[in-house]
Amino acid sequence: MAEQESRTVKGNMATALGAKLCRPNVIPAYPITPSTLFPERISEYIADGELDASMVRVESEHSAMSACIGASASGARVCTASASQGVALMHEMLFIASGMRLPIVMAVGNRALSAPINIWADHQDTVSSRDAGWMQFYSEKNQEGLDLMIMAFRIAEDERVLLPAMVGIDAFVLTHTIEGVDVPAQEDVDDFLPPYDPPHGKLDVDDPATFGSFGTPEYYQELKHDQTVALEETDEVIDEIFDEFEERFGREYNRLNNYKCDDADIILMTMGSMSGTARAAVDELREEGEKVGLAKLTVFRPFPGDLLKEIAGDADGLAVVDRNISPGFGGAAFAEAAGTFINENKNPLMKNFIIGLGGREIFKENFKEMYHKTKEAVEAGEVKEPVEWINMNEEIMR
Amino acid sequence: MSKVKITLGGINEDEGSSKEYKTGSWRTMKPEVDIEKCIQCFKCFDYCPDAAVHKTEDAIEFDLDYCKGCGICEKECPVDAIVMVKEEK
Ligand code: SF4
Ligand code: SF4
Repeated sequence: MAEQESRTVKGNMATALGAKLCRPNVIPAYPITPSTLFPERISEYIADGELDASMVRVESEHSAMSACIGASASGARVCTASASQGVALMHEMLFIASGMRLPIVMAVGNRALSAPINIWADHQDTVSSRDAGWMQFYSEKNQEGLDLMIMAFRIAEDERVLLPAMVGIDAFVLTHTIEGVDVPAQEDVDDFLPPYDPPHGKLDVDDPATFGSFGTPEYYQELKHDQTVALEETDEVIDEIFDEFEERFGREYNRLNNYKCDDADIILMTMGSMSGTARAAVDELREEGEKVGLAKLTVFRPFPGDLLKEIAGDADGLAVVDRNISPGFGGAAFAEAAGTFINENKNPLMKNFIIGLGGREIFKENFKEMYHKTKEAVEAGEVKEPVEWINMNEEIMR
Repeated sequence: MSKVKITLGGINEDEGSSKEYKTGSWRTMKPEVDIEKCIQCFKCFDYCPDAAVHKTEDAIEFDLDYCKGCGICEKECPVDAIVMVKEEK
């Protein structure tokens, strides 16, 4: 196994370290809480001669993603970082990056969207970009943020993929929290991630090509289909590269991680930093004799429905925990999970729990409550309230 | 329907290829000219917003690969030599 250096770093430093090891050529970025430390750190690497790259100081996130697109189209390896309103302001450009099949990697400090203004942990920013055609990875801890940055480049640039990717780390809970991480050596990352050499044309004044051309009704649908199939087929590539990463660096990743689910009657499904708390709750519930497991989403797009069917197909209940809300329906992961089982003969009863919005703390007790509520529904054989908000302060509600 | 194959990301590596890209597909009406009536004033040529009118030796002709069927040529023709007819596909 490759030698690795132990460091203690904040989440933003972990993603910046991961990015640096990938030797990006161009980093256009606009600072926004809580991901500002990422471009700060990158600019220090460049100033200190540790990273040979161009940092483009743009005037907005829309410009940041525009510059990413131009640089990536010229054949450069490109990354950026953003959060919240910044990701929302990029929204238009996100579709262009994926439509032009540009493997840009973006670290996101997952944060709530205004109004009211709030800078804390919440998955609304990236979940609201779900349909932009990007791969979406979520981290439970800083180590995952670092590793997923490296793997995101490798997956995104794979000839079978050629799509952009976001790597989420929860605001403050990860971005500003110091944790120990093992940092792979530069030569080992160089071995794992070959230089980017796009199979499609590059922006090159000596050899012109058309990017972002007009797509009339005769072409648009086929192009979107081509891009959609490519995203769906990344499942296999992700599995393959997660396995290779584990062989080289000793850390296991799964699109949907199975923790004690094999014999579980009820499964909690989580995403991001809350998963650690959920695992602790599962352990305590297990000690109390409850047959509960945890399915952790590391990849939200493409949605790992195949693994969810394997992991939760035989369970009695599935509690989908969302740190986001799609007003008018429920949480985003809940909709995906429900859709996954729609044509199956057998499926777990499903409940959706909305929790932790705008940085509201999430406790072990909350997961136990969700478990018991799901168990009650299973025992009653019906779900009276499919979507429930957890940890609400009734006293301040109007 | 078009027969040109799509490319990865819609990226086109051929130079000057926009000439090959026909954009007249969404037209519902197309212009027809009565060459007998045409006095070769070329107002249609001047006013066509899409350069879809070409001058010929004895009159004009329409480039239906690009004509959008807007009908401006019909309105501008001083001798009613142009009529818009329904496009049948
Ligand atoms: S405007 Fe009418 S008359 Fe003049 S060139 Fe065109 S078709 Fe002929
Ligand atoms: S219908 Fe419009 S686009 Fe077509 S030739 Fe006439 S002016 Fe040009």
